[in-house]
Amino acid sequence: MKNIWTIAKREYDNYFNGPLAYVVMLAVLLPMGIYFSLILFYSSQQAMFGGGAAPSAQPINGLFVFLMVFLSPALTMRLLSDEARMGTLELLLTAPVRDSELVIGKWLGAMLFILFVLLITLVYPLVLNNFVEPGIDWLAVISSYIGLILVCGTMLAIGVGVSAIFTNQFASFFVTLGIIFFLYFMIGLPAGLLPQGGEVFNYLSIQNPYDQMNAGTMTLGGIAYYLSLISLGLFTGTTAIEIRRWR
Amino acid sequence: MIKVSGLTKDYGSRRAINNLNFDCQQGEIVGFLGPNGAGKTTTMRILTGYMPPSDGEAIVAGYDVVEESLEVRKRVGYLPETVPLYYDMVVFDYLKYMGELRHIPNVDERVEEALDMVGLINRSDGYIGNLSKGMKQRVGLAQALLHRPEVLILDEPTIGLDPGQVVEVRELIRSIGKERTVLLSTHLLNEAQNLCDRVLIINKGKIVAEDTTENLQARLLGAERVVVRVRGEADELASSIKTVKGVRKVETLDDGGVEFEFASGKDLRPEVARQVIGDGYDLLELRPLGMSLEEIFLELTGNEGKK
Repeated sequence: MKNIWTIAKREYDNYFNGPLAYVVMLAVLLPMGIYFSLILFYSSQQAMFGGGAAPSAQPINGLFVFLMVFLSPALTMRLLSDEARMGTLELLLTAPVRDSELVIGKWLGAMLFILFVLLITLVYPLVLNNFVEPGIDWLAVISSYIGLILVCGTMLAIGVGVSAIFTNQFASFFVTLGIIFFLYFMIGLPAGLLPQGGEVFNYLSIQNPYDQMNAGTMTLGGIAYYLSLISLGLFTGTTAIEIRRWR
Repeated sequence: MIKVSGLTKDYGSRRAINNLNFDCQQGEIVGFLGPNGAGKTTTMRILTGYMPPSDGEAIVAGYDVVEESLEVRKRVGYLPETVPLYYDMVVFDYLKYMGELRHIPNVDERVEEALDMVGLINRSDGYIGNLSKGMKQRVGLAQALLHRPEVLILDEPTIGLDPGQVVEVRELIRSIGKERTVLLSTHLLNEAQNLCDRVLIINKGKIVAEDTTENLQARLLGAERVVVRVRGEADELASSIKTVKGVRKVETLDDGGVEFEFASGKDLRPEVARQVIGDGYDLLELRPLGMSLEEIFLELTGNEGKK
């Protein structure tokens, strides 16, 4: 367990050694900030004329997940690919660290970074709370954030798994992006097209359980789906490292 | 400390190493010598737990490299051929990270100790990417020494160092080798000759010779050659030396010396010296000519190096 934490801590620090952390934060926080201001502006306009619903923080979190579809592959692309390319993987694989600890540590490092960004985004509900009477529904916010953590964890686990397979970080970026894009936008499409029996595709989408949690409904099935995808991603990563050894 | 039996590794259909058998004792520096692609790095990667062998077994520091890989890795210090460094990290942080992965107590002190050993203590707060090649090599060496391993496995440890640093690093390896086991690979023959207690010569995945450097020389030559130099004519000297019993193959050299040979095991140098002085020559030099490791190497590896 201690090894996982040691590796995660280094990965987290490493994001801030280069420009990546700042680029990702800019790409997330700038659109979110603009969107949030627009929501506030629109709601206040409506309130002035005596209509409209109270604004909620949920749509901004939806934007966060949408942006992460494209940004999370950038966070995970070099995690293991770069170690293999630079030869430092040999160092980690000859240190007394289990392959699974290495992969989980890498994933946790990326998770810590996401948690850091999510912490910043908490200002939006806090600000909103001051504008709305009698305050916003905090339980819905908690549900939404649990959903955010799970869906981001899923994307990062897929990314770490793919990163363990490829030595080239651009290969791992595009493959990760493709898988996440498919699971987020496309796999649910047949549900609306098939005359019957298409609902099963809704369950496979990684977008739907999050949308439900964002709306304040946590489903056990959704949580289980995310957790199993995270396990699958990390298992794929560990297996890929083991295959690397045997080759 | 290292015991290897029947070790074999295949990459697809290519056999990288074939049925290797050797062992290394504690307090011994063993040199692993061979041309490129002979299987040195493959063997070292198996011994450090990086990859499993296809067949055979290896016991390092009392543990099996496949069954108890983590225990082996705790006790082995490894410097791979391509020194594994994070270029965007500070030297001290890098070593501390490696120390934490190895659960070293008082990690800050131990990092400083290791940096001191490799002579990089004044560069500990610099970025690894900004160091020269030799310094990077020494950071890698510090990483291998950090946890005071029982077994040290070094893949070409002096490559890229300047002559002064080579001497320092060899001195360091020699002092470590007094108590612990060191297995190092090199293609520098003089390095193996003056650093290692024992040499394993490997070619095409097989060990072709294994012995102390002195014995290897003696065994291959089957005889010892000596060169004699005196003030005076070489031709007359040669005929004088020929009269000593047991001396063979007396030859005069272009520079005025005389070279001769005798069967190894019976040192004829005192007799020759007496004879030369007795004949009234001023003896200037009487020097044994060891066959260099280069010659042994080329002979064992089928003269591939000459092509």
